[in-house]
Amino acid sequence: MFEHIERIQIISVIGSLTFLAMIIRLIKHKMLKEAYAILWLIFGVVFLICSVWKKGLDYFAGIVGIYYPPALLFLIMIIALILVLIQFSIIVSSQNDKIRQLSQEVALLSISWQKNKKLEEPSDNAKNKPDC
Amino acid sequence: MNKSVCIIIPCYNEQENIAGVIAEVVALPGEREILVINDGSTDATSMRARETGKAVVIDMPANLGVGGAVQTGLKYAARNNYQYAVKLDGDGQHNPASIDSLLQPLHENNADIVIGSRFITENEGFKSTFWRRAGISVFEFIVRWLTGRRITDATSGLRAYNRSAIEFMEKYYPSFDYPEPEEIILACKNQLRLQEIPVVMRERRSGMSTISSAMSIYFMLKVTLSMLFISLRSPEKKEG
Repeated sequence: MFEHIERIQIISVIGSLTFLAMIIRLIKHKMLKEAYAILWLIFGVVFLICSVWKKGLDYFAGIVGIYYPPALLFLIMIIALILVLIQFSIIVSSQNDKIRQLSQEVALLSISWQKNKKLEEPSDNAKNKPDC
Repeated sequence: MNKSVCIIIPCYNEQENIAGVIAEVVALPGEREILVINDGSTDATSMRARETGKAVVIDMPANLGVGGAVQTGLKYAARNNYQYAVKLDGDGQHNPASIDSLLQPLHENNADIVIGSRFITENEGFKSTFWRRAGISVFEFIVRWLTGRRITDATSGLRAYNRSAIEFMEKYYPSFDYPEPEEIILACKNQLRLQEIPVVMRERRSGMSTISSAMSIYFMLKVTLSMLFISLRSPEKKEG
């Protein structure tokens, strides 16, 4: 198995490992939430498998009817990117809702606070300013 | 809290118009709470509204768009136990004198939401530009297709809500840009009774309309898409 290692295989194994290491490092340093890293990790592992097990790529390309096996790699990569982008759109939409709700609560809280302050003000003026 | 009607005026950069609108509402007989929702204006809208001393002014911390601003007003009305809410644009297009006729069907319990339409009576007041009218016809068609109802002025922002509509919309109001046509589908879907009454509208006094021509294609697409999906979704579950 190992006597036929090609240069591209070594490069892609190193590439996949570097990618996985980068993702893991980001999670470790809390710069990336585990929930959002799942897709990246899955596809990192898929690429690692594809780099190590070259026959596998040929095999699956044959099953799907792709004549040029590396094209399968591109396909997987495009699917990965689309999935991650959809995930982003979902997150953006949900954050949009949350930010809206937050803004509304802040605005409503601020107005009820202003009202309470107005109600308290006359008594404050009667007592003069408290020294604090 | 003896005022039962809350007038919600969402506005964005309306420093020239807002004080006039407030003054017109104040001049009407009867007591109403005037609630100005300043949706992150960059001009003196908030100050002009406060200066009148007649309105409660809510400043949104960021610009949320009309939907988010209106929903804030409805939340306020819901939490402060108002029986009715009327939504009026801050640009002076809507004549506050029509508030009473908007509230009439609600008082009689014939509707939950009343929409002021400028197209029921012919040739009276401001009817908007050709393209805007074309857009409104498209919405009329879509509303009819999705709900079977005939709403002649789906984009009209002049609306009145009773307590059950306030309580529903406070939670589920289409809280993005251009919410009016979506609101109609949402209301029908959730068994809120709609009624349209004729009103006369005016041309905005100053400032720019929120819908520029470049945005109108986005507007049409977005609103149509939202309407389709609201009608595809199952009705919101009412709590309690």
